[in-house]
Amino acid sequence: MSAALLLGLGLGVAAAASGGALPARSRVPVAAVLTVAACVAALVAAARVLASGSAITVNSAQVLPLTGVTLVLDPLGAVFVITTAVVGVAASWYNVGYSGHSGHGGGRGRAGTALLPLFVTSLLAVPSAGSVATFLAAWELMALSSLFLLLTGHHRAEARDAAQWYAVMTHAGAAAILLAFVLLGAHAAGAQSFDGFGSFAAIRAGASGIPSGIRSLAFVLALAGFASKAGAVPLHVWLPRAHPEAPSPVSALMSGAMVNLGVYGIVRTGDDLLGGGQLWWWLVVAGLGAVSALFGALHAAASPDLKRLLAYSTVDNVGLVLIGVGASGALAVRGHRVLAALALIAALFQLVSHSAFKGCLFLAAGSVQQAAGTRDLDSLGGLLRRLPATAALFGIGALSVCALPPFSGFASEWLLLQGFLRGFSAHSAVIATALLAGVAALALTGGLTAAAFVKAFGIGFLGQPRTPAAASAGEAGVSMVGGTALLAVPCLVLGLIPGIAVPLLAKAAGTALSGSPAGAGGGRLAGPLRAEAGLAIAGTTDVIEPALLAAALAAGIALAWAVIRLRGRARGRAPAGGRAGAGARRAEAWGCGREVQTPRMQYTATSFAEPLQRVFEDVLRPDRDLDVSHLAESRYFEDALRYHNRIDDAVERGVYRPLTVAAGRWGEFARRAQNGSMHRYLGYGFAALVILLVVLA
Amino acid sequence: MSAVSPLVSAGVSVIQLGAAVTGGPLLYGLMAKVRARAEGRAGAPVRQPLLDLWKLAGKERIHAEHSSAVLPLAPLVVIATAATAAAIAPLISTGPALGRTCDAFVIVFLLLLGSVAVALAGLDTGTAFGGMGASRAMTIGALAEPALLVAVLALSIQAGTSNLPGIVSSTLAHPAWAVTPERLLALVALVIVVFAETGRIPVDNPSTHLELTMIHEAMILEYAGPELGLVTLGETMRLGLLLSLLANLFFPWGIATTASPLGLLLGLAALAGKTAAIAVAISIVEVSTAKLRLFRVPEILSAGFVLAVLAVITGLVMP
Repeated sequence: MSAALLLGLGLGVAAAASGGALPARSRVPVAAVLTVAACVAALVAAARVLASGSAITVNSAQVLPLTGVTLVLDPLGAVFVITTAVVGVAASWYNVGYSGHSGHGGGRGRAGTALLPLFVTSLLAVPSAGSVATFLAAWELMALSSLFLLLTGHHRAEARDAAQWYAVMTHAGAAAILLAFVLLGAHAAGAQSFDGFGSFAAIRAGASGIPSGIRSLAFVLALAGFASKAGAVPLHVWLPRAHPEAPSPVSALMSGAMVNLGVYGIVRTGDDLLGGGQLWWWLVVAGLGAVSALFGALHAAASPDLKRLLAYSTVDNVGLVLIGVGASGALAVRGHRVLAALALIAALFQLVSHSAFKGCLFLAAGSVQQAAGTRDLDSLGGLLRRLPATAALFGIGALSVCALPPFSGFASEWLLLQGFLRGFSAHSAVIATALLAGVAALALTGGLTAAAFVKAFGIGFLGQPRTPAAASAGEAGVSMVGGTALLAVPCLVLGLIPGIAVPLLAKAAGTALSGSPAGAGGGRLAGPLRAEAGLAIAGTTDVIEPALLAAALAAGIALAWAVIRLRGRARGRAPAGGRAGAGARRAEAWGCGREVQTPRMQYTATSFAEPLQRVFEDVLRPDRDLDVSHLAESRYFEDALRYHNRIDDAVERGVYRPLTVAAGRWGEFARRAQNGSMHRYLGYGFAALVILLVVLA
Repeated sequence: MSAVSPLVSAGVSVIQLGAAVTGGPLLYGLMAKVRARAEGRAGAPVRQPLLDLWKLAGKERIHAEHSSAVLPLAPLVVIATAATAAAIAPLISTGPALGRTCDAFVIVFLLLLGSVAVALAGLDTGTAFGGMGASRAMTIGALAEPALLVAVLALSIQAGTSNLPGIVSSTLAHPAWAVTPERLLALVALVIVVFAETGRIPVDNPSTHLELTMIHEAMILEYAGPELGLVTLGETMRLGLLLSLLANLFFPWGIATTASPLGLLLGLAALAGKTAAIAVAISIVEVSTAKLRLFRVPEILSAGFVLAVLAVITGLVMP
């Protein structure tokens, strides 16, 4: 088993090396094949860990100086490795076609081709790491490789700007995580020999001996770092900039795999290493989740930029996952282990299903961007006819993200709702308050997400093309459609037979919660769900069988269609073809009696979102402007009207802009102080010496 | 309920489906009739919507010029979601087929699927009206949806299950639950949602075709012939379904708990009586209020959401 894991990581490094070394013609396919092989090997290793329930451990002292490399892949990490591997295969496959067109993203460049496998490998390595040093090395590799992938678009100012935000946020987060782990490692080492210093096993074993204040401090630091990677509000500001600006396979990996690892870090540190901790930790996590879910959903509903919309939807979904993680942690602290396991399984299900549909959506959005040259919904339209396969795949992803049956998002949202419903039976006022906030956030995001994705699909793919570029767009190539389709498959499979994922996620949740105190829920961790093809909560009548629902829906559609056909035939209007739209006469749409209907008369994404924007004006704070210029001859006739509507991130404006302004002032001051004059520096040195002497005396 | 054979429960589902297909349009006709009478007109007969549907079914199919396959597909999806919900929900009996999957949240998301399909069809026409209707409908849906979900959750917490037959049976077993504060709060929230989801005054006016005010009619403006019939049938089935759920969740008495023919007949009669009473009440509200401005609608919908959240809180505080 350990051989497969090592093979996976080794192949990933080989893919990166081949991407960097081979000639331009062969590098992209060779790197892609090697990356796919790396993902498959890691997938096999993780699947066997989940099947057997026991962890893989690999120790190698030679690879990193001083600390060596320790890999421990347990069922919790395995779920994340599998998710990453599937997204990684799809993104690498997609990249073969995507990088063929220069102009967007990395193209066939040496750097981009080498960095993508490196990014995938680091994403596989983070959840397999078994010690602080290995974890941080993999984490940093992940941050740097994704940063440089983002910078492959350095000729655009937006990408440079996004990279700057991302670099600062990710490194501030990494510093916080480093501090947290150093604190834990140092305090846990007291009871241990130096051999196990810094390994997760040593921290886990010594955690109970760490003073509670240090544990809380470490958790808060780790939470700050991991929540920023996961994109939780208010640490999300980099995400809606970096995810849209990155090349689309990288966006898919960022949203489908990298944000997961932020959640992984929170679960690993809080639940597993620190054994549950205190109630307020988890209330903070759930609170962050509720705020992120609402904020993300609102911005997604308002955004007219396709990829930015998807990025904000990631913030929304990470929020839902964090609500589940927080509820689970709080229930575990109070000793309700079965309820905690149910909530954590729901959170993990949401996370896995989000990886599938968001990866699929980002890849489809990349095909759209490449075909039409823009990701601005206001300039798209009518793409269903021009990119039918991409449109269908985007549709599957969109239905899934809206939690509509029988797609995967519905199964995960149902599980989350069940987790909340059961959690209320814990009879704790504090937990009930947190759950209520979670329920309210989940309910509000549901409708907003539907609005956002009706907009994305309806404006982008339906109607008439709004620009000549959209009108002349063509279907993406085989590898791009194939890569996207690969991620649409889990949307359907997890939606129709969600039961297949439950035993695996239950093992992961069991691993995470194994250290939490046993209380009212009993000693052994009983499975909170029955083994079924659908989802069934143990000990209740609450069951869903999405496959049956799908069959009923299909039968309903077929029956209604047959009735129309038979009635038409009886009236002697037998259509020739079998297509849904076949046999119908085409007629001009009603235009209020106007003679000409142009595509410009259609609703745009901005106008679609306008009512919601107006309802939630206090949160979104849009920046609106109407410029009217009059004709020179007469003030009574307008020459041109220019309407300007822009929605900035309120958190960015309120919290980060003052910070950047202050940092800029400090920089100005430093520049004035350091003007390069040698005399001045000598003066500074003299002044410092005098001050030092005065202080010491 | 558990002793019922699959064949019998499948029969129950078929009866419920039939009840939804005929009952929905009849309720629609009844509401139009009550409105007409209240306004001093004779009004069309109650069965008029059924006759209209039959007439539309035989007409020629016409699609808007720039529309795609989504336009003809959406009515089929609306019908399928409404029919599936009608077949699995406890309308005349607590033991329909697929009763295991009859989860309250499933019904909520099935209804959402239907709304999303119609909104996409509106955008598919590539005209200003379709987009306008879709935008307004999704805005209202985005606010009605949470109220519905939380109100349903409040009922589920009280019953300890989100299984609809389970909720109905628990009310039958504990009649006092029907008048607990959380039930009443959830009832008000659900009534508000029903007005929004079925597009009645004061939220929307089903009989308007004035450009400035129409919401649902704007989305389906390009439909004609059999497809218009299907969309209308789907809408009336949703109306019937929501009224039946309102009736059975809060006043479940009369619903069949066994599969005897007499019990089912009684259940059908009780359902007809209860939904007709609610329909008349809604029509009277409709006649006596004016339609709200579009941007006032979110206010009553958020009131519905707050009431639903209060229902959950009340349920937790007062066990």
